[in-house]
Amino acid sequence: MATIIGGLTSSHIPAVGNAIAKGLQDDPYWKPFFDGYPPIRDWLGDHKPDVAINIYNDHGLGFFLDKMPTFAIGAAHEYRNEDEGWGIPQLPPFPGDPKLSWHIIESMVAQEFDITSCQELAVDHGFTVPMQLFWPGAPNNPDMPRVVPISANTVQHPIPTLKRALDFGKALRRALLSYPEDIKVVILGTGGLSHQLDGTRAGFINKDFDQYCMEKIVTAPEELTKITRMELVEKAGAQGTEFLMWMMMRGALGDKVTPIHANYHIPISNTGAGTMMLECAA
Amino acid sequence: MNLAEFDHHAPIDGTTIFDGTQAMKGYALNKMCYSFNAAEARETYKADPEAYYDRFGLNEAQKQACRDKNVLDLIAAGGNIYYLAKFAGIFHLDVQDVGAQQTGMTKDAFKEKLRKAGE
Ligand SMILES: [Fe+2]
Repeated sequence: MATIIGGLTSSHIPAVGNAIAKGLQDDPYWKPFFDGYPPIRDWLGDHKPDVAINIYNDHGLGFFLDKMPTFAIGAAHEYRNEDEGWGIPQLPPFPGDPKLSWHIIESMVAQEFDITSCQELAVDHGFTVPMQLFWPGAPNNPDMPRVVPISANTVQHPIPTLKRALDFGKALRRALLSYPEDIKVVILGTGGLSHQLDGTRAGFINKDFDQYCMEKIVTAPEELTKITRMELVEKAGAQGTEFLMWMMMRGALGDKVTPIHANYHIPISNTGAGTMMLECAA
Repeated sequence: MNLAEFDHHAPIDGTTIFDGTQAMKGYALNKMCYSFNAAEARETYKADPEAYYDRFGLNEAQKQACRDKNVLDLIAAGGNIYYLAKFAGIFHLDVQDVGAQQTGMTKDAFKEKLRKAGE
């Protein structure tokens, strides 16, 4: 049986990838953000998960508006990182776990989550930046886990409800717990927190709301399902809807979690950046 | 069927909800921007922007918004910010440049506004 050891959240801002490439971790602007990661890396070093399920939202690399899956699950041997239009050097491919992917896909559809399976999926900064933060040098880190990417649509409304996102995570948990192999799994929820890039409200950040979400996601995720999608846009900003990834992650962790570490910093680029490490009961 | 009966979007100041209506309106524009993931496409565009607009079937409002590099006009013409970011990248405009332009602020003032949100 697979064991879910915990969940990690991280913002996935493209500028972070750039800062890593330039080695700016100790720069005064960046330091309060990067300082949120070493305790989590220590935890990962102690627990060495075999697989990371990376729940992120594609930003127009893997999917276009011609066909927009609400939930997509990677089922490939490897996942390529490609040029997103800015000419930033790409990372080498990330190793997949197609056997686990297909187990998850079978289970999710049996549980009536009609997902899109992807035998090819180019992964963008939403996937790669958190990997680089948690496993420096990724994918060329000796402890690099195999990955299963899961992408949810936040590009085009209608986006999933917060309840659906949490329920997706709960179904993912059942899928993993029914996997026959003894593997250790960590779940990543990437994106957010509050930010808005478009419109005359660009630059909107909501510290109070972010802190409310970071508190409730630990103790009372069900309470967050009362937030409507339009309320989420209003309070978290148009792109703050990426918080749905955190909800999906949280659903997979079960009822009780122990918060091991959290960090919150404003601003990184245009975003309130949140990082968390939640451990599952053994 | 009238799609408006399903419109439960409460208006949010300064925010365009990118829904089916916007996605249909901006399809050609966003498709062009999506093509800019590829470096060769960016070069082809730079060599002859007008021909590139026509190849993707942009309407006049979309073409003019591109010529003006005006982000609010691009959004009004159906552009989605994630794809527009690839267009902006061609001109080395980052998300703070884009934010400053849309809010009518200098880039420094916009960055200061972001910093203040943390206080
Ligand atoms: Fe994002």
